[in-house]
Amino acid sequence: MEIDPLIFRLSIFILSIFVGYYVVWSVTPSLHTPLMSVTNAISSVIIVGAIIAGLSANSDSVFNVSSIFGFLAVALAAINIFGGFLVTQRMLAMYKKKKKDKQ
Amino acid sequence: MISANLSAIFYLVSGVLFILALRGLSSPETSRQGNLFGILGMIIAITVTFLSIGNFSTGFIFVLIFVLVGGSIGAFIAYRIPMTAMPELVAGFHSLVGLAAVFVAISAFLNPQAFNLGTPGNIKLGSLIEMSIGAAVGAITFSGSVIAFFKLQGIMSGSPIIFKGQHPLNAIILISIVVLIYLLCSTQSSNLFWILLACSFLIGFLLIIPIGGADMPVVISMLNSYSGWAAAGIGFTLENTALIITGALVGSSGAILSYIMCKGMNRSFFNVILGGFGATEDAKDNSTKEQRPVKSGNADDAAFLMKNASSVIIVPGYGMAVAQAQHALREMVDTLKKNDIKVSYAIHPVAGRMPGHMNVLLAEANVPYDEVFELEEINNDFANADVAFVIGANDVTNPVAKTDPQSPIFGMPILDVEKCKSVLFVKRSLSPGYAGIDNDLFYKENTLMLFADAKKMTEDITKNLQI
Repeated sequence: MEIDPLIFRLSIFILSIFVGYYVVWSVTPSLHTPLMSVTNAISSVIIVGAIIAGLSANSDSVFNVSSIFGFLAVALAAINIFGGFLVTQRMLAMYKKKKKDKQ
Repeated sequence: MISANLSAIFYLVSGVLFILALRGLSSPETSRQGNLFGILGMIIAITVTFLSIGNFSTGFIFVLIFVLVGGSIGAFIAYRIPMTAMPELVAGFHSLVGLAAVFVAISAFLNPQAFNLGTPGNIKLGSLIEMSIGAAVGAITFSGSVIAFFKLQGIMSGSPIIFKGQHPLNAIILISIVVLIYLLCSTQSSNLFWILLACSFLIGFLLIIPIGGADMPVVISMLNSYSGWAAAGIGFTLENTALIITGALVGSSGAILSYIMCKGMNRSFFNVILGGFGATEDAKDNSTKEQRPVKSGNADDAAFLMKNASSVIIVPGYGMAVAQAQHALREMVDTLKKNDIKVSYAIHPVAGRMPGHMNVLLAEANVPYDEVFELEEINNDFANADVAFVIGANDVTNPVAKTDPQSPIFGMPILDVEKCKSVLFVKRSLSPGYAGIDNDLFYKENTLMLFADAKKMTEDITKNLQI
């Protein structure tokens, strides 16, 4: 009997939870705010679903109810992707070490 | 058009890049590179999606337009947002992830052929379960984050909103969500799908309104976690590895942050979620409390104390963010350093309105991160320091947490500010903090209260130091 592909996806999911657990515990507490903004950005990879939804209409009409929801989701996810990564970049650029010549 | 196997491998690659993005955050030096990995992962995922659909007709143009519109809004916000508003921003972004998950789920429910999930009214059972869970969690994330956003923005009062029968009502709605998912999967009725969404939006709203302002660090972390689980639910529906990996990462990340925040307050997760903390109980003992004497001083006294110190520890809190005092504070510290005074910063895990909030504000004010310490790293140093400068923090310094088992904050780890030779406490008035309890520190022999706006006081002290 063949194994249902769902089981493979479930395995990836469970293992990723463990990877996430160990990776996130190693994040330094001073970077917890950038951690939140970057997780925000990467969870917007949901845009792949939104793109599929947006392109789901048949060739003679671009818009149907389903594709409109897709387009809206694309826009929402794009706000998050650009906003999330850029604000993270902006924050991380501010973390500086003490200058050596000082003191 | 690329094959399904090839695109699956690329999705895996982008999932791994997302892991590396989080891994980079283990130190500030590697973090910027980590962020680039994240961006690369996102570009790969989006490109592969376009290539695997292989439809570059008008629809493709529209997708690009919406990406550009959303992207410009996002970029604009990212550059304009003041660092003090990060908690609101993150709450707002969470709501967008939640809503995007809901929209994708709706789209997949209405047009399952596009996702290879069957036909309307005859969607594969597994996919339908995954889809409805993803949609429900997404809806909860959306409405919950909107409420969190309103509370943080001040559009809605930060105090808990409590009414009779709140918990039973929430329980009923949660149970009906589970029942609805079951019925939806057995009947495939679209009406049930809409009712499910409505119930989920409602429960997200109801879950967050009873939670008070200072518990926001837990709420934001929790919603962060939810947005991850929503993404994972959609990932299972779409059979997309990148989404499943990311959802799991984000879900566990948010869960860990919630745990750290709860530990920082010595409260259980359920205690926070059930809400209402600090809202009711404390009005009664205010009357019985005798007026105790406090010593108050001005900027001149504070400058004198600090000038004669050899080491100073700064304890910032949410009040510093409200007063936007971080830059003024840095200037004060610069003046102190010119006088050869050793200065370090002590950050409590729940200082501010989100995890790491104070660290970002200090970084914004150009404070080097190796002068900023976490509670465990610095707590023993208070006994050897000459002056503790508490600016905008309150409950996290309250010695009652160690001495009075009756206190609502008993057992909460606190910064041992009272062990310092002298304590300068910048505060607008003697009013109790968020937890509604009086701070014993105000009445200690070695405490000097500085009643003023945090920013104004800090600037005045700097002036006096420079004389």
